[in-house]
Amino acid sequence: MTSYPDWWKLIFGRFTLEAIPYHEPILIGTFAAVALGGLALVALVTRLKLWGYLWHEWFTSVDHKKIGIMYMILGVIMLLRGFADALMMRGQQAIAFAGNEGYLPPHHYDQIFTAHGVIMIFFVAMPFVTGLMNYVVPLQIGARDVAFPFLNNFSFWMTVSGAVLVMMSLFIGEFAKVGWLAYPPLSGAAYSPGVGMDYYLWALQIAGVGTTLSGVNLIATIVKMRAPGMEMMRMPVFTWTALCTNVLIVATFPILAATLALLTLDRYVGTNFFTNDLGGNPMMYVNLIWIWGHPEVYILILPIFGVYSEVASTFCGKRLFGYASMVYATVVITILSYLVWLHHFFTMGSGASVNSFFGITTMIISIPTGAKIFNWLFTMYRGRIRFELPMMWLLAFMLTFVIGGMTGVMLAVPPADFVLHNSLFLIAHFHNVIIGGVVFGVFAGIAYWFPKAFGFKLDRFWGLLSFWFWVIGFYVAFMPLYVLGLMGVTRRLSRFEDPSLQIWFVVAAMGAVLIALGILCFIIQIAVSIMRREQLRDVTGDPWDGRTLEWSTSSPPPAYNFAFTPIVHDLDAWADMKKRGYSRPLGGFKPIHMPRNTGAGVIIAGLATVCGFALIWYIWWLAALTFIGVVATAIIHSFNYDRDFHIPADDVVREEDARSRQLGRA
Amino acid sequence: MSGSHDQAEPHGAHGDDHAPHGSLRGYVTGFLLSVVLTAIPFWLVMNDILGNATLTAIVIMAFAAAQIVVHMVYFLHMNGRSEGGWNMMGLIFTLVIVAIVLAGSLWVMFHLNSNMMPDMHRM
Repeated sequence: MTSYPDWWKLIFGRFTLEAIPYHEPILIGTFAAVALGGLALVALVTRLKLWGYLWHEWFTSVDHKKIGIMYMILGVIMLLRGFADALMMRGQQAIAFAGNEGYLPPHHYDQIFTAHGVIMIFFVAMPFVTGLMNYVVPLQIGARDVAFPFLNNFSFWMTVSGAVLVMMSLFIGEFAKVGWLAYPPLSGAAYSPGVGMDYYLWALQIAGVGTTLSGVNLIATIVKMRAPGMEMMRMPVFTWTALCTNVLIVATFPILAATLALLTLDRYVGTNFFTNDLGGNPMMYVNLIWIWGHPEVYILILPIFGVYSEVASTFCGKRLFGYASMVYATVVITILSYLVWLHHFFTMGSGASVNSFFGITTMIISIPTGAKIFNWLFTMYRGRIRFELPMMWLLAFMLTFVIGGMTGVMLAVPPADFVLHNSLFLIAHFHNVIIGGVVFGVFAGIAYWFPKAFGFKLDRFWGLLSFWFWVIGFYVAFMPLYVLGLMGVTRRLSRFEDPSLQIWFVVAAMGAVLIALGILCFIIQIAVSIMRREQLRDVTGDPWDGRTLEWSTSSPPPAYNFAFTPIVHDLDAWADMKKRGYSRPLGGFKPIHMPRNTGAGVIIAGLATVCGFALIWYIWWLAALTFIGVVATAIIHSFNYDRDFHIPADDVVREEDARSRQLGRA
Repeated sequence: MSGSHDQAEPHGAHGDDHAPHGSLRGYVTGFLLSVVLTAIPFWLVMNDILGNATLTAIVIMAFAAAQIVVHMVYFLHMNGRSEGGWNMMGLIFTLVIVAIVLAGSLWVMFHLNSNMMPDMHRM
């Protein structure tokens, strides 16, 4: 270690050249690949002169559809990163037996499992779910945008900002080595003095701002902007689940923010909220983080339940069975999700009475979830089922999720949990529900709404390949973990002594490779679909014979979504309109009032990223400067009164005439 | 964020109840009540009126709770009708969640403490 002079510390904080991990061949290789790939991308965009297009049409866009698509792209990119971590872990665990140390040193392995969890939850699952809601909800309720279009753009870029910080930790310094929820005292200053924990804290804090604000935005949108006639009990199920999810987001993310803020105070200014001594109580952190953490898993799964409901009724060609019970089940889950958090730490020692209460509430919450499974089954019963890709994902989900749900109920029994806690059984359980539930649902949603977003369907062949690789890969990868967990293998181990366990880890690694092929096929599917877009083209805007309002407009929808606000008379508004012989209005178009794009969101989030980086490295002058920049930009933006415009009636006429010609050709 | 949309003609389902944003009278009442509710706890503490720290703390908490209600009614215009009842619904939901979080945490942490930190009771 060379010592650095005072002026260096003043300018660069605790950043030193040793923080660049040039001694880690794996990281150098990754960095080289990322840098080359990044440079190639920048060169390509520059060569095609796309910067202006990207900036004006996408980055600064306040159009909920474009923001939704950008969320999905963020999710895919981060999925690749998070899955690379998964492959590395599986590889390490498959070989690190009986004296073989594997290829990952413990400090690197610990960063990988932490990064995997953080990325998959916060920067894959959340962007996917938010992206779907952003794209679909305004279309489903017949609105032209969300309630606060600029806020939407800003929320997205704050999420990106958090993702950027996590990615930076790969090449500058290190990431946290504490597990995805960063329990103190391990995550406190005494045991994690490095920058890794600070990357964790600021990345989540910044991304959390975006998530909370997008929750506020979507609640306001759903409550205030539904088309005339769409009463609460006529809302599409996806919109209902989106509403409940965003209520959960708004009610729980502040708890996460406060908990992380207290831990940040512990680390930065020496308070003792969660330390071992001086009155601190690390158990309080675990309690608080799970008050956020349990509703969080419902934040992820509820909108996906909505996706499955839309898919079930569309591809079975009939109304969803038990719409009202589906809505009530969703609302009940929303409330109950606040009453189960202790099941994540039965073993901490709250005693029999507390444990039994939370064990019972946990079993109760499986009832509305089970009711939903029956709703989908009864929707299929006597339906004319079309086995399109979204329907396939729904079937795989119903089979897989039931297994995950049942192992969840096993874990809800406190005495059983004392055996299974922190074992690979738990790992298998939550991957079972997150992959079998959320990920399958995201793919169902992508396959279902892709033609709406881009005007052509996804290629079926590559979609089926991806589907089978994912589903089979999931079972091969995680069923062995159930077995290992029952045998008592705990999570987060980087090497093992007992060679008889190795075969299970080798099988699990093969499963991970199958899933990798599934991801590859998904990306090929996108590429092939773009190349074959003329064959896959849908000009009707309603390729699946859909039932909800998003299918009543063109694909992709015009910037204003609907030339005239639809009027809703029934549940499944579009199916009802088609049944009553709805004809598109062909004249009488008026100018449409729309929000104007703004770069303020990108600028504020960019400054927030730098501010987070400066706080992580103790570069105080830069942190102060960028924080002032954030506040100043927000204030300046609030004086920007040029924030809306009218799409002239002529443009609307041109757009709608083009659609009429398309429909005539179809 | 004006200009986000103008598509919806006024109709009942949207609850276009332009909730009154308070009157001078309302704000003055709220302000006076807030001042009084702040001054009394200060007076209780500074002159040690009740002579018992625990009792004082409880009384101050009660005043703080009253203060919250005053702010919500007079400054945030909370009532059963604003925004078509959504405000009240949101408030009730929030209260339920806050009650669960506070009561649950106290319950959980109390049991954890007595089971896992027996030394704390001897101290």
